[in-house]
Amino acid sequence: MNSRVLSLVLSRLLIALITLVIVSFAVFFATTLLPGDTATILLGQAATPEAVEGLRKAMHLDEPAIFRFLRWIVGLVQGDLGRSYANEMPVADLIGGRFVNTLKLAGVTALFAVPIALTLGITAAMLRGSLYDRIVTVLTIGVISVPEFMIATSAVLIFAVYLKWLPALSFANEIHSLTDMLRIYAMPVITLTFVISAQMIRMTRAAVIETLNTPYVEMALLKGASRPRMVFRHALPNALGPIVNAVALSLSYLLGGVIIVETIFNYPGIAKLMVDAVSTRDLPLIQSCAMIFCLGYLLLITTADIIAILSNPRLR
Amino acid sequence: MTMTTSSTSTTSVRKSGSRLGYRFNLVGVIGLAVILSWALVAVFAPLIIPYPVGEIVDLDYFGPMSHDFWLGSDYLGRDMLSRILMGARYTVGISLAAVTIACFSGVVLGMIAAVAGGWLDTILSRFLDALNSIPSKLFGLVVVAAVGSSIPVLILTLSVIYIPGAYRFSRALAVNINAMDFITVARIRGESTLYLIRSEILPNIVGPVLADLGIRFVFIVLLLSGLSFLGLGVQPPYADWGALVRENIGGLPFGAPAVMFPSLAIASLTISVNLLIDNLPQKIRDRA
Repeated sequence: MNSRVLSLVLSRLLIALITLVIVSFAVFFATTLLPGDTATILLGQAATPEAVEGLRKAMHLDEPAIFRFLRWIVGLVQGDLGRSYANEMPVADLIGGRFVNTLKLAGVTALFAVPIALTLGITAAMLRGSLYDRIVTVLTIGVISVPEFMIATSAVLIFAVYLKWLPALSFANEIHSLTDMLRIYAMPVITLTFVISAQMIRMTRAAVIETLNTPYVEMALLKGASRPRMVFRHALPNALGPIVNAVALSLSYLLGGVIIVETIFNYPGIAKLMVDAVSTRDLPLIQSCAMIFCLGYLLLITTADIIAILSNPRLR
Repeated sequence: MTMTTSSTSTTSVRKSGSRLGYRFNLVGVIGLAVILSWALVAVFAPLIIPYPVGEIVDLDYFGPMSHDFWLGSDYLGRDMLSRILMGARYTVGISLAAVTIACFSGVVLGMIAAVAGGWLDTILSRFLDALNSIPSKLFGLVVVAAVGSSIPVLILTLSVIYIPGAYRFSRALAVNINAMDFITVARIRGESTLYLIRSEILPNIVGPVLADLGIRFVFIVLLLSGLSFLGLGVQPPYADWGALVRENIGGLPFGAPAVMFPSLAIASLTISVNLLIDNLPQKIRDRA
């Protein structure tokens, strides 16, 4: 790795860091500058002026917003996520197990989606213009153009209502055996796999087609290389960077999908926690969840960018 | 969204929009027809609905499709067809308002950044890129948590979420145009920034910008439906298509039509827009 690549990667990391600060700023101010006084809302019926005053002091609400922001950031960095308003528990305790659940869901989905999407994307690019390619393209555009909840409801209709293979709604609190586990994960994973595979197939196909159009691949063809050899020896190694980039980018669609899927299937993950927190206006919980999501998203797109930089042969 | 062009050119039919000098192919025309009919439905919904939207007309809840209730009835026994037709107003109207604001602001900012350059460009780009790295659904959730979800708030939120994308897109186009000789000439003539933007750059990027507006419209429809589905978008007694799916989700285990038809309405709209964009005449798409 030479110094040019290093400086590019470092500047990308720096940009990610600056972005994170701006994002945390946005999240904090969107949630705290809301109309209505938090202390009054929290106290509800018991909101005597003295009580409100006391609570405001205790929660540091009487300080300027910028100090509260700094206090919050310092807390976050030290691992103190604050206390939930709604159930008087430290946010970290609420999030912990839920976060692991969501990671499990995302991991299992990626395990299925990545191989499927890569196979479909690469073969569609190899057979460009064929009937197979057209079917794959139309299907992916179809999946991308419909809301995630439609894929989820369709999956329930097909697998639970008509085929009766799976229960319509899963409750993750009663796992007794491997089949239980399969039943719980099947529907959310099927839905999410559809959602992110479609993105991944499109991007992979585009990346491979771009490499297939380069002069050196044409040269390989002219030299008499067979089609598989041309694709696997000449094109794919060079398309690897863009493909991995595409995979990382599509995985970021998991974040949006997970919010819908966890809600519809009652999956006890962090996205469900956040949606519930929004309906109870539990701000510390919302802020922490939002930061976790933004961090995950930023991590994925930064990784994608860095892979793109590292895989660019012109920079080596 | 550009990949079907090669495949559809084989099926292209010489359909004449010839007065404008554009040639649409069949798929594009079908897309346009569906979009226009939803637009008409949105405008004239109160005149064409068979039953009042709020009235319980069927004795059965989650009723099947029947002669009286073409698309069945919902969880209270209200007519689904009427509710979907009225829902078009919210889905199409809110999305259209949001996409207009988003693209207008994004394109104006993008052109200003491209023409002005320097620190203004850097700061604007950095800031909007940062906004862009908040996942859109999350952004919606946070704002709704903070300010609640009235229709004006929804429109503003949706447009703020999609300004960075429109900005990035139009800035990239405008930067290319900005490097051309006729811009340099205009600058030497001493034209103002406003003139450069309005009369030199805008006419050269308007085609791709309109295509981009269509794609962004699809994103906004999907996001709005998603938020409504989570119960954070359009609030009762009004219901857009996403909210209709949410309120009838209890009918899913019985395969009630009330669950699928609002989703199908969304799909028909978004897929049509995609088809139209994919099959736009090259003349409009690639003017830059």
